Amino acid sequence: EIHVKEPIEKEVNPRLLPGELLLCEASTVYKYMQEDGLNRGTYGKLVCTNFKISFLDDDSASDDNEPQFKNKIVGENDVTLQCIDQIYGVYDEKKKLLTGQLRKYPEKLIIYCKDLRVFSFCLRYTKEEEVKRIVSGIVHHSQTPKLLKRLFLFSYASAAPNNTDGRNQTVMFETLEDWRDELERTKGNVKYKAVTTNEGYRVSEKLPLYFVVPICISEESILKYEGRGIPIWCWSCHNGAALLKMSAFPKEQDDSTSQMQKAFLDGIYKTISKPPYELLKMDDLSSSLPSLQDIQTAYTRFKQLFLIDNSTDFWATDVKWFSLLESTNWLEIIRRVLKKAIEVVECLEIQHTNVLLIEESATDLCCVISSLVQVMMDSYSRTKSGFQSLIQKEWVIGGHGFLDRCNHLHKSEKEEAPVFLLLLNCVWQLVQQYPPAFEFTETYLTVLSDSLYVPIFSTFFFNSQHQRDTNKSGESLKTQSGPFRFLTVWDWSVQFDPKALAFLNNPLYAEKPKPDRSQRKTARFKHQRQLSLPLTQAKPPTKRGFFREETDHLIKNILGKRIGKFINSSEEPPNSLREFYDSWHSKPVDYHGLLLPRIDGPEIKVWAQRYLRWIPEAQLHGGGTIATAAKILDLMEEVQSLQVKMDAEHSQAVSGGIHSVPMLRNSARLSSLFPFASLQRQSVKPALPTSTWKDLEDEDDLVKRDDEFVDLSGDML
Amino acid sequence: MASSSTPKYNSNSLENSSGKQTLKDGTNWEQNEEIPRLPGETRVTDKDVIYMCPFNGPVKGRVYITNYRLYLRSVENDPVVVLNVPLGVISRIEKMGGASSRGENSYGLDITCKDMRNLRFALKQEGHSRRDIFEVLTKYAFPQSHNLPFFAFVNEEKFSENGWMVYNPMSEYRRQGLPNERWRVTFINEHYGLCDTYPSLLVVPYNATDDDLKKVAAFRSRNRIPVLSWIHPETQAVIMRCSQPLVGMSGKRNKDDERYLDIIREANGQISKLTIYDARPNVNAVANKATGGGYEGEDAYPNAELFFLDIHNIHVMRESLKKLKDIVYPNVEESHWLSSLESTHWLEHIKLVLTGAIQVADKVSSGRSSVLVHCSDGWDRTAQLTSLAMLMLDSYYRTIEGFEVLVQKEWISFGHKFASRIGHGDKNHADADRSPIFLQFIDCVWQMSKQFPTAFEFNEQFLITILDHLYSCRFGTFLYNSEFLREKEKVTEKTLSLWSLINSEKSKYTNPFYSKELNRALYPVASMRHLELWVNYYIRWNPRIRQQQPNPVEQRYMELLALRDDYIRRLEELQITNNSKISNSSASSTSPSQMVSQVQTHF
Repeated sequence: EIHVKEPIEKEVNPRLLPGELLLCEASTVYKYMQEDGLNRGTYGKLVCTNFKISFLDDDSASDDNEPQFKNKIVGENDVTLQCIDQIYGVYDEKKKLLTGQLRKYPEKLIIYCKDLRVFSFCLRYTKEEEVKRIVSGIVHHSQTPKLLKRLFLFSYASAAPNNTDGRNQTVMFETLEDWRDELERTKGNVKYKAVTTNEGYRVSEKLPLYFVVPICISEESILKYEGRGIPIWCWSCHNGAALLKMSAFPKEQDDSTSQMQKAFLDGIYKTISKPPYELLKMDDLSSSLPSLQDIQTAYTRFKQLFLIDNSTDFWATDVKWFSLLESTNWLEIIRRVLKKAIEVVECLEIQHTNVLLIEESATDLCCVISSLVQVMMDSYSRTKSGFQSLIQKEWVIGGHGFLDRCNHLHKSEKEEAPVFLLLLNCVWQLVQQYPPAFEFTETYLTVLSDSLYVPIFSTFFFNSQHQRDTNKSGESLKTQSGPFRFLTVWDWSVQFDPKALAFLNNPLYAEKPKPDRSQRKTARFKHQRQLSLPLTQAKPPTKRGFFREETDHLIKNILGKRIGKFINSSEEPPNSLREFYDSWHSKPVDYHGLLLPRIDGPEIKVWAQRYLRWIPEAQLHGGGTIATAAKILDLMEEVQSLQVKMDAEHSQAVSGGIHSVPMLRNSARLSSLFPFASLQRQSVKPALPTSTWKDLEDEDDLVKRDDEFVDLSGDML
Repeated sequence: MASSSTPKYNSNSLENSSGKQTLKDGTNWEQNEEIPRLPGETRVTDKDVIYMCPFNGPVKGRVYITNYRLYLRSVENDPVVVLNVPLGVISRIEKMGGASSRGENSYGLDITCKDMRNLRFALKQEGHSRRDIFEVLTKYAFPQSHNLPFFAFVNEEKFSENGWMVYNPMSEYRRQGLPNERWRVTFINEHYGLCDTYPSLLVVPYNATDDDLKKVAAFRSRNRIPVLSWIHPETQAVIMRCSQPLVGMSGKRNKDDERYLDIIREANGQISKLTIYDARPNVNAVANKATGGGYEGEDAYPNAELFFLDIHNIHVMRESLKKLKDIVYPNVEESHWLSSLESTHWLEHIKLVLTGAIQVADKVSSGRSSVLVHCSDGWDRTAQLTSLAMLMLDSYYRTIEGFEVLVQKEWISFGHKFASRIGHGDKNHADADRSPIFLQFIDCVWQMSKQFPTAFEFNEQFLITILDHLYSCRFGTFLYNSEFLREKEKVTEKTLSLWSLINSEKSKYTNPFYSKELNRALYPVASMRHLELWVNYYIRWNPRIRQQQPNPVEQRYMELLALRDDYIRRLEELQITNNSKISNSSASSTSPSQMVSQVQTHF
């Protein structure tokens, strides 16, 4: 039972952003601390605004111990409305999902967040009226369908002072120039051109204003089927082979239409399969990868494993952890996606063929695969600005339906699928396998994933460039004059102070040696890794290898069921992919060259930082990867201060002592949950499993045996 | 010879030396120039074979057998395939195929190793080639079964450090502040008269006489009486270890034992109960009564609290490791990796051992209560628990030397039966006494070092090296079951210590991220969310799984360290020149642009 202290309530007011309105509030709400399974917590006020729900306790009034890593927009006890995943009410110890109208009001509220936080509030000491208002308010504002224009994005954009410089290194791909530069950077401009056909969105509202197609594609053909059936350029490899994507025709068609479409496609393929174009390989991702529905189901199960109510829950699921994890299928999906990306890389890199990714809309799995291929092949995509430009190119401008996929407006659950999260999970695998190859850290990826739910940036709150442009004008809002100016998520200074920003940069990043004053635009990426294989004697077929079955798959896809047009290469040996993979892994890694993920079972891991960061039972005091990261940061700072001293010495200034005192982060005191949960868990009590496995039925005879069978009764005096 | 001659087999890169290795003269092998050899190592035989590499297919090569190792080098030089296997790791040698066997490469030898791999060699059917090689291998792999000495006794290596000096029980107890007014050192076991599986020097309560000890010994399995392993510097609570009491079916009691435990309880000046951790599952402890053993009952020991830690016996652990090998060697189970891993139970056992050790450590540290740990005989699970708890509580044991002391003390001197558990030089591969208890302990240590990457002075290579030489028989360190037998065989006089090898080349085994921290208890989280399979050990033979060596994060950190030291040195130089310049006030300025390249900054 809860030990009731007399709540001492000071008047605390929520910190509101420009355009943020307080909608309802309740006082004497008791927030449980998720710790040791004890009913401990604090009293405070629960408020709901048009942006977030927020719990305000006495501590939040005085910001004495500012955490090192603090989000300026979303505080520790804030949850944006879009970040709320599910709300449960507890009635007589029973949990019930709260969705629409409520008849009874619960005594306890449990809020599961999309960033994996879990909040539990006790409402037993709150006035009935306030309970009604706050519960129905939160449920209404976070769980019921919403109009796009009701997103906080618009209120914020109209009220916030426009002081963002917006100029960072990220290429936004909003202008023709950006696309031309990208073509030039990748040397794709010989065979591909940026087109203006879609100006005024006359081709399609789904396509970006500007995009790139093979030079031989005519404007007419682009216009013919609203851009469907047109290979759209993603990226060119150093050897000239290109990665393309195409939005397929919908299947249900009458015969004559489908004949016409087939003829149209045949024409297109013919045009782009002859010189100067490389041979073309196609991959229909809707048949070679799990469906969006599979992905959604897997992720829903997976995230459930990390939304822990209490300690008992944690240890109960710990007993069968691995099989639970496997049953979600999430890691297997990550593996399959990475494998697919390796296949595409092999085609581009080794076989010098163009690869055409096909998907219904070319805005979901196409984005995942094309982004991964670029991260693996183009070291520019592993820098922060390069990665951000990639996300702009393939996802934001590329037309990934963030609004629908994240279900930000609660319109239809059918459309929901964590496609972008899938990409981040895959990139994380690469980041943790090859830390020196990335300019950013896993923390960067984690905060990026959190930013999906922060509606002050336009980046992740539209389905397409067209949708954003048409809603930007503000014409439909009477009160609003002039176009909105939205923030981009890439302006990280909006969310973080410089001190916190340091955690997004990888101190281990092995920066590419700069040979000359080459700019980003002209810096041509070159593979240093020898790709010719040492040909060993014929390898025995690996029985359990996933590649065999997969290559069959690949060939099937290359044959292209729908198109029926096959593109050479069925005669290639089935183990060429395995050979490519093995050969690459047998050589030392060039962090600026091609990067292939290791995808065997033990290599695919759970992104511990994102998924375990709020769970107190999982925290290691003074441990985790942050322990080494903090040491590296300290050393970096020390070296930098020495550098400053050196410069000072060179300018003849006489200085005192040599040894500077680095800003010690004191890694011993940091918890592995750092920089996220700043839990005030002072006790160094170890976490002990409350339920352990004891079941060994199948080995009963062994279990009962003695270590050594010796009758001791004779030993006695 | 110095340790620079150390063969490479303890590195991960054994299976295939990647890339090209230029041989000075490929035809030179007959002269044995290319075969690494230790001083004292002699060549016995060699033979053309086909190595059936499970990863790259058949490899033609020549195998050389010495009194220490099996060495294979491929005929093809691109890539060169090298096997370098100490004969000590061999658990079993089987003949495959018969004289009439058909099919390519179906006739030969299958060698099961103790380090998670199998080696297959195909031989020609003509002559007696297989019989010869089989006999030679059997003889030198199992010297104990052939009245031959272990290689450790003929090894003539020289090292700059003497590992036998690492552990001195007296100075280790002094380090702990012992003896003191409550605890005394006794020499009652000087000639192993009290207990032949204990060390000669023991620490016992001051208030217990040697006579008392003798009486207690009668009531403890194999006379392994409760003795002190570790004392908490602040709470004065202690970790005691022993074997089970001889309670038997009739529920016998022993006043001396009861009184002795009470003396232990009182010795830390607390009034709390004495906590007894019985490592076994409850049912097993009960079952032990049938053979005369048992546990401390409530009636007889009212001042003690007993907890069972549910750790299974040596047979269960052996089976578990066997299952693990099935899913990782030669191929890693693909389709259902996670559930396959779970079905081996290996990590669940690790979790239970760690959980037990955490409880012991926490009781002594925050519970301020002395604890008594035992299982049946107190040399397997007990050693795991006491040593892990000590590792959690005492940062000294997290240094290279401290860890060596810990192993030397809790495992070697207190009679973990290395000879029986490992089966050194013994052909009886199916011996039920064999069990990977020490490996399991090292795995637990690895899990801790993984969770706390800055808390240990030693690196992963250190742990792998220890495990490699647990089997190799190159050093005397792990030979025999007890101090008593080791003394009889004059191990410290006639063999070298593994710690000589390690301490002579410490930098190789040092973790660059280590931050020295005194007196901080380190509790790992015994949750499956954090435990992982030690891929770099269990799957190290598989070139597809191999981790990047050296670790890039470690490498980058080392570069930064070097850069920092370089700066400090240059800065000192600069200041000296600047100072002299100022005093001369005539020198021309140096060119700053010539200095070290700027460090990459991210701020």
